[in-house]
Amino acid sequence: MVKIKTADELNKKFLREGMWPTIFCNGCGHGVVLEYTFWALEELGLDMDKVIFSSGIGCSSRLPGYINADGLHTTHGRAIAFATGIKAADPDFNVIVFTGDGDCAGIGGNHFIHAARRNIDMTVIMINNFIYGMTGGQLAPTAPLGSIATTAPYGNIEHPFDICNLACALGANYVARWGVSHPYQPIKSIKEGIQKKGFSLLEFLAPCPTAYGRRNKLGDIKKHWEWYDNNTILKEDLEKIMKYGSEQEKEQVKDKIPLGVFQDIQKPGFFEAYEQLVDRLKEKESKSIGGK
Amino acid sequence: MKYIRDPKRIREVLGKKVQFILGDIACVYGGLLAGVSFFGGYPITPASEVAEGMARRLPRVGGVYIQMEDEIGSIAAVIGAAWGGAKSMTATSGPGFSLMMENYGFAVMTETPCVIVNVQRTGPSTGQPTLGAQGDMMQVRWGTHGDLEALAFAPSTVQECMDFTIEAFNLSEKYRNPACVMTDGEVGHLRERVVIPDEENLKIIDRRPATIDKKDFIPFTNSQTIKNCKVPDFPTFGTGYRTYVTGLTHNEKGFPATDKQPDHERLVRRITEKISDDADKLVMVEEMNLDDADIAFVTYGATARPAESAMEMARKNGMKVGLLRLKLVWPFPNKLITKLAKQVDKIIVPEMNLGQIVHPVTEFACKHCEVVSAPKIGGEMHLPMELYKYLEGK
Repeated sequence: MVKIKTADELNKKFLREGMWPTIFCNGCGHGVVLEYTFWALEELGLDMDKVIFSSGIGCSSRLPGYINADGLHTTHGRAIAFATGIKAADPDFNVIVFTGDGDCAGIGGNHFIHAARRNIDMTVIMINNFIYGMTGGQLAPTAPLGSIATTAPYGNIEHPFDICNLACALGANYVARWGVSHPYQPIKSIKEGIQKKGFSLLEFLAPCPTAYGRRNKLGDIKKHWEWYDNNTILKEDLEKIMKYGSEQEKEQVKDKIPLGVFQDIQKPGFFEAYEQLVDRLKEKESKSIGGK
Repeated sequence: MKYIRDPKRIREVLGKKVQFILGDIACVYGGLLAGVSFFGGYPITPASEVAEGMARRLPRVGGVYIQMEDEIGSIAAVIGAAWGGAKSMTATSGPGFSLMMENYGFAVMTETPCVIVNVQRTGPSTGQPTLGAQGDMMQVRWGTHGDLEALAFAPSTVQECMDFTIEAFNLSEKYRNPACVMTDGEVGHLRERVVIPDEENLKIIDRRPATIDKKDFIPFTNSQTIKNCKVPDFPTFGTGYRTYVTGLTHNEKGFPATDKQPDHERLVRRITEKISDDADKLVMVEEMNLDDADIAFVTYGATARPAESAMEMARKNGMKVGLLRLKLVWPFPNKLITKLAKQVDKIIVPEMNLGQIVHPVTEFACKHCEVVSAPKIGGEMHLPMELYKYLEGK
């Protein structure tokens, strides 16, 4: 197989014809996450007939429409539950969910929690832009304290949701958070997430200049993107500073959002456990028939 | 371990041909016979036995049972599994059915075959969890937003719980629309004799798969393999058709067409007409003593049982009473009701609600006869004597 080298070749292979232009605004981070996913899929060399996408409602949930693959664009918050059924129907499927912070951490929180707890074999890519972008900028469960939304006009007083923390606590097999301005680690992480049996969560911090940046005075698109570089820190660096750094250094990093792989374990995935259950039943039954 | 329907194995798991079982369990049997390979459930009285029965038997026939986190997740997983190629079902009762409404509409819009068993209980809200009712008969027709046609069965016996679950799968697969088995707490928790049909007497319909060349395939339009059929061929996920399926208004290719009136009208007309065009063919009723009747009960589900007793009492007393029992309530047998209304002086509609199916009956009686609602609520069935009094005009 000839390996793809350029983004154009990549797009030609993975994009669905006839769906252009996209709905995304200038400076939006969603396209970058899509591109990372394409690179990861290309490097994994998966049979795209068996890679199935599911999504809910919101900007991020429109991504499967642009991919030349089977995709189920479902109802708000429910993509993970739909994906559970898709995977149950055919164990050969690689199921990838695109979702957003509102879709996944807001309305779909319960489905997320239980799919992670069950360790359902799927890769959830949650694109977090701190806002309900598609509906015009309402308050998201991940919105930073003090941030402005149309429904938080005087500043957000709710504590933001750390979805990676939650996924780790639930025992998901793979949990990582990345930004959209450095491709290599995220692409590697998406590959690891897809290859991993059981539940994988990849959270991407992605700018939404239209609904979030503008309202929160983050400046033009370039400045908005820079905000992410200035306000995130590699998890390992953060841990080192918090352990060995001076008080001043700690003060500088304590509010930064950590990036990196937070969990990478090997619990059996749900369907592996289910197959074992079926085998156990068969064995028991053959014994009882033999004994008669 | 992809599921393959194995008739011999299914019957091994079901056991003896003649059994004495609960209505809920009969729904399980019906699903298994139809070839269900995915069940997503959530416990709710009086439907929990369906989930329990599936949890016990599905792994043994090679299917997957998952207890989901709620009813929204259950129906979502059921729809997902259907696109993955499974025959899939869930079971619930009123509160869960209410939660499922949004995704029920999603299944309609995306033309997804699946089956929902609704073991109805009293409402509104939590109501009387252990007691039967027929309060969701309009919800199944109109409960989700937008235009749709419903496919809804109403079993009166435990045998029918099994038979209608099989039939619900058949219609669902044929029309690519969700189908509901609207049983109730009375029939669901009733224990009766059932006879499991032999394989050769079983009619099983499977969705028609997409088979034409992938580059020529159009996913959301009339069938490309059968003439004049408004049900599109099904491009099962994973078979290379790479279909985009969305609950948004979509064009024939499946692409969003959210600002285009003609696309919406074409889509929604087709997905409703694929069923309404066949409404006359779909009529499933039982007619009793209607030939010479002056008064007729029009009823369905558990309520048909006391109505039948009341009819027999009346016949013994020389009154010319008949009964029309709706096995498939939706699509509604419009023409049959009009014909009956022309023949009789009075139609009485007993229901375990304050009057739901009496409305389409009144509409299609077209004022040819008097239509009387005979409601009973609170989780008790009508007594035959109570219905007899309606015959006497009291």
